[in-house]
Amino acid sequence: MIEIPRIPLGQGIEALIEWLVDHFAFATKAFSKVMETGLTALQSALQFMPPWLFIIIAAALTWWLTRKRGVTLLTLFGLALVWNMELWAATTSTIALVIISTLVAILIGVPVGILAAMYKPVDKTVTPILDVMQTMPAFVYLIPAIPFFGLGKVAAIFSTVVFAVPPAIRLTSLGIKQVPRELVECAEAFGSNRWQRLIKLELPLATPTIMAGVNQTVMLALSMVVIAAMIGAKGLGGEVWKAIQRLEMGNGFEAGIGIVIVAMILDRVLQKVGSRKNGK
Amino acid sequence: MAKIEVENLYKIFGPHPKRALEAVRKGATKAEVMDKLKHGVGVNNASFQVEEGEIVVVMGLSGSGKSTLVRCINRLIEPTAGSVHIDGQDVTKLDDKGLRELRLSKLGMVFQNFALFPHRTVVDNAAYGLEIKGVDQATRRQKALESLELVGLTGWEDSLPGQLSGGMQQRVGLARALALDADILLMDEAFSALDPLIRSDMQDELINLQEQMHKTILFISHDLDEAIKLGDRIVLMKDGAIVQIGTAEDILTHPANDYVERFVENVDITKVLTADSVMKKAKALGYINSDGPRASLRKMKIAGISSLFVIDKGHQLKGIVYAEDCSEAASRGERDIKSILKTDLKTVQADTPAMDIINLLHDLPYPLAVVDDMNRIKGVINRGALLGAIAERGVN
Ligand SMILES: Nc1ncnc2c1ncn2[C@@H]1O[C@H](COP(=O)(O)OP(=O)(O)OP(=O)(O)O)[C@@H](O)[C@H]1O
Ligand SMILES: [Mg+2]
Repeated sequence: MIEIPRIPLGQGIEALIEWLVDHFAFATKAFSKVMETGLTALQSALQFMPPWLFIIIAAALTWWLTRKRGVTLLTLFGLALVWNMELWAATTSTIALVIISTLVAILIGVPVGILAAMYKPVDKTVTPILDVMQTMPAFVYLIPAIPFFGLGKVAAIFSTVVFAVPPAIRLTSLGIKQVPRELVECAEAFGSNRWQRLIKLELPLATPTIMAGVNQTVMLALSMVVIAAMIGAKGLGGEVWKAIQRLEMGNGFEAGIGIVIVAMILDRVLQKVGSRKNGK
Repeated sequence: MAKIEVENLYKIFGPHPKRALEAVRKGATKAEVMDKLKHGVGVNNASFQVEEGEIVVVMGLSGSGKSTLVRCINRLIEPTAGSVHIDGQDVTKLDDKGLRELRLSKLGMVFQNFALFPHRTVVDNAAYGLEIKGVDQATRRQKALESLELVGLTGWEDSLPGQLSGGMQQRVGLARALALDADILLMDEAFSALDPLIRSDMQDELINLQEQMHKTILFISHDLDEAIKLGDRIVLMKDGAIVQIGTAEDILTHPANDYVERFVENVDITKVLTADSVMKKAKALGYINSDGPRASLRKMKIAGISSLFVIDKGHQLKGIVYAEDCSEAASRGERDIKSILKTDLKTVQADTPAMDIINLLHDLPYPLAVVDDMNRIKGVINRGALLGAIAERGVN
């Protein structure tokens, strides 16, 4: 029988990651530093605020953004319930992580999406990578985060960003490519250069689509932040994780309900904001 | 020197245009190139010129290469071979910056589906070219408002395009091109998306505007009626090649080949053209009760005509007097024109077809009066006006 040698795929990837860890330590250190600073600032701001104040502000913001009584009440009572379940610290920690991860994902995703729309080679490189990224199970992203950042919140942010960035890239690029050909021709016929065409025509028209991408990014970030509890993200996901390990069903469910509440609020608010932009 | 000179222009679509170009130059047809080489022929050896102040209409069936041709002129599409000169400058040799400057200084463009930016107000749309040109905010608003006024859109400047009807949107498109103050307007099926009545209005308006502006206009159309109405000359295209260039009359009377003939035979001028579309306002009219032979003579002299239609106070047509009869009557000392009035006039109604008018006019020593049901005079038609109408305005 002929023996087919096993292809050392795993070893190769391991070697690659080791090499990256060795040679890009400066970058990972810088990333850690920035993320930790940002996260600490945001978290202490959120936790410094008395919960009732936070809840009122959140409800007011919801009303201002959606003008929907239902969603506003959901925010009000949902967050109150979370407070009542003594999950407040975990919730604000999760929210802070989602906010930071989303910001980073958008900061990376939108420009990459723009570049992909503008330059064919970028598009051709990015698209297959995104395809792979979006079929990979979320857990896999946790693994490389650890050698780079160790266990903890920065590793959680890293894997969350990687997991949440694809829709931001895809929908930004899509939004720009969707601009009608005649409008693009018109911008050119009236002497616009590539940059002017982007700023004055393509980005304004792509905004609703980009916003849809941002919505998806936020939702993905939330789901990943929960999973990232396994590598030390703490927060609501951490509560669930703890409950699983100790087989405390009640606590696990309570934390789960907390996650559902945060997810529903974010989803409803973002959808409303997105559709309002679209309707204009 | 012509304003626009297009010489031996080719556009081949596809990844390797060189070989297809060779084949086309050797005489391969569009279909053959598509079959054998899998390349599209957009424009095939087009040469023509547009003089300053002229309206040239490029016409042809769908897919005949009209849009491609006009886009090669401002290089929205890169020509494969050949040259385009504007004011003597070879457009095909310009670099990016030169090209953008040329577009902004000389080439206003109007698009079929208006191509207005939906997120910008009407005035900001109209000011777009000026904005790119770097004109300051106040000046460009001012200029944009002026050109909006020119197309009759004053008061709409702060609306969004979506709030306007199709005809109004296309006026904005026109205003945007006019605001640039470019000498040349490229209009790709600018009126094709409009419904017939509005379309006809826009054509009239373009003719009016052109009388004030004297732009050089290259107008694309797939509609012969429109071409005849607007074009000083017409360029007819088929499969990317130009099959005939000439005035409407040339093309109607001497079609270059079967293709043109088939194009032309769809237009039944004599049916569509009616008295009211070719008549002119009478240059002078005599009044039966107040004008004597001398006054009538004087009116004819001022207007440069040799016969005068005579009406009563209610504008009813009473007859016609001739210059020689008037001068004889005057020398006889008569004070009245009733004695020399010829009353057995031939008249036509507003909806009389052109064919009948041509026959009537043929052996008539005086112009033809157009009257309504009450025999009130509406206008006059002379031979010159009729031919002029066929040649320059054609079917209305
Ligand atoms: N970008 C392109 N790629 C490939 N082929 C093209 C492209 N643009 C146009 N063509 C082809 O070139 C030919 C001429 O097209 P063009 O759009 O100039 O026709 P047109 O006369 O403007 O037609 P219409 O009246 O439908 O607007 C057509 O056969 C078309 O299929
Ligand atoms: Mg076309």
